[in-house]
Amino acid sequence: MSEIPEDLRYTNTHEWLRIMEDGHIEVGITEHAQEMMGDMVFVELPEVGTNVSTGEECAVVESVKAASDVYAPVGGEIVEVNSELADAPETINQDPYYRGWLFRLRPVDQSAADNLLDPAAYEQVVASES
Amino acid sequence: MEVTDIPAEFLREDLAPLPAVSELQVVRHYTRLSQSNFSIDTHFYPLGSCTMKYNPRACNKYAMLPEFLMRHPQSAVTTGQGFLQCLHELQEILKDITGMKGVSLTPLAGAQGEFAGVTMIRAYHDSRDDQRRDEILVPDAAHGTNPATATMCGYKVREIPTDAEGDVDVEALRAAVGPHTAGLMLTNPSTLGIFEGHIQEIADIVHEAGGLLYYDGANLNAIVGKVKPGDMGFDVIHMNLHKTFSTPHGGGGPGAGPVGVNDRLLPFLPIPIVTEEGGDYRWLTEQDLPQSIGRLSGSMGNAGVLLRAYIYARLLGKEGMNRVAEFATLNANYLMAQLRSRGFDMAYPTRRAAHEFIVTLKTLKEQTGVIAMDVAKRLLDKGYHAPTVYFPLLVPECFLIEPTETESKQELDGFTDALVEILEEAHRDPELVKHAPHTTPVTRLDEVKAARELDVAWNSE
Repeated sequence: MSEIPEDLRYTNTHEWLRIMEDGHIEVGITEHAQEMMGDMVFVELPEVGTNVSTGEECAVVESVKAASDVYAPVGGEIVEVNSELADAPETINQDPYYRGWLFRLRPVDQSAADNLLDPAAYEQVVASES
Repeated sequence: MEVTDIPAEFLREDLAPLPAVSELQVVRHYTRLSQSNFSIDTHFYPLGSCTMKYNPRACNKYAMLPEFLMRHPQSAVTTGQGFLQCLHELQEILKDITGMKGVSLTPLAGAQGEFAGVTMIRAYHDSRDDQRRDEILVPDAAHGTNPATATMCGYKVREIPTDAEGDVDVEALRAAVGPHTAGLMLTNPSTLGIFEGHIQEIADIVHEAGGLLYYDGANLNAIVGKVKPGDMGFDVIHMNLHKTFSTPHGGGGPGAGPVGVNDRLLPFLPIPIVTEEGGDYRWLTEQDLPQSIGRLSGSMGNAGVLLRAYIYARLLGKEGMNRVAEFATLNANYLMAQLRSRGFDMAYPTRRAAHEFIVTLKTLKEQTGVIAMDVAKRLLDKGYHAPTVYFPLLVPECFLIEPTETESKQELDGFTDALVEILEEAHRDPELVKHAPHTTPVTRLDEVKAARELDVAWNSE
């Protein structure tokens, strides 16, 4: 079983969320997701300042196997993107939960993340797929 | 010579660095390259109609007759009656095969056929002043081109899940349709190699909601001469001629993606279309079909490709077409049964294959660390092309295998033996498989580097 950190929230579509000290939400894809995708070759990130709604496609990760959309787990404004991924998309494979973060957003609704999956629930999602 | 229009900074000071080699060196270079090629004339491709399938030599030979080759696309119909007759007969053959009321041959490839099909769906709803339909439904097992086409045509895409048996989840479909549904795009048999079990029910659900049913003809070769998409309730279809009708595969075609429609969409077909009146053939144009979605190319699509399809259909006749579907499905089911009996897991074990089937190597990965990609690479060492890997995305560590109608039992048995050998190797010596291929002109490539650092231009240094 792949790593599922206790301090994050998750979605059915394999994004993770971290609530940061300033109230922003950091988003990436899970260890399981990067394992399924294989070696990353390209990442397309949203533009800073874009407003996204919950469930909207807002990034693309492309591996040697497939290109996959990343959905905004909560609605909000994109405040920062991980521009280092442009030259080093393999960071997502190496360190999906920290250096491999994709974007940070300012949520419209601070409590929106509470409705997402906790680690135990996400573990069920992963188990049901394998 | 003065080349004054080009700014000085763009003018070359030295001669162009072209390779300086003799004719003989060039001949040897390209001959050696051609000998390094993997080709259908020498080897089996278990990914079939998607990528490479044998085309009878005759189709090419007769389409290359000088009378066809020398005809100018804009020459008068009076001097090209034979050519028009061939295209007209092809239209009629495709109508008969698909159960549709009208066919237009003009789309230049499958993707353009899809574009034409969805554009006609839009034209139909617009003609009824029904403009709130802004969603196209696409099953999650669909070819990626379907959502891409719907998006290109300005529709929102709504994904419909697949149930555990590999069919469209009918309850999810029922919940998804409504006054916003413009249509459903469906491939049948699906990309999972399964004939959709609830097709009648699906057609009814979509039609009752006021949507249209789009048939992606990618897998037509599994049912040609047996079942007609028109009889399943489809309103519009595109056909990838290379998959079923012996036209060029791979490397960009050229392609042909004719579209067929039922009565409702007949006025919107793209032009030109060939019509016959009292033994004379002519083009139907804007004057004849004022509601047409228009032209997709300057003249009649890829006419040479259409001729190959026509010759193939005439060579086979109706009887032969039936045998295409029979052999395509027989070969797939034989190969599936052989592999299953030798220890391979099927992704949908309860279902009979159509013309293709999916093997999952998930267990092998768990036991040995060898993944589908490694097994695919090792097949090259055994003299077989790799099947499609990691598609459809729904199935982990998958092979999509399509032997096609043209392969013999001996070839299928040899392929089975090769896969069984690799299975044994993976358990005995996983590193051997993980580093394959070992015997090809180039060995394991760095796919990540290849994708990130494109190096496609000749460099004199």
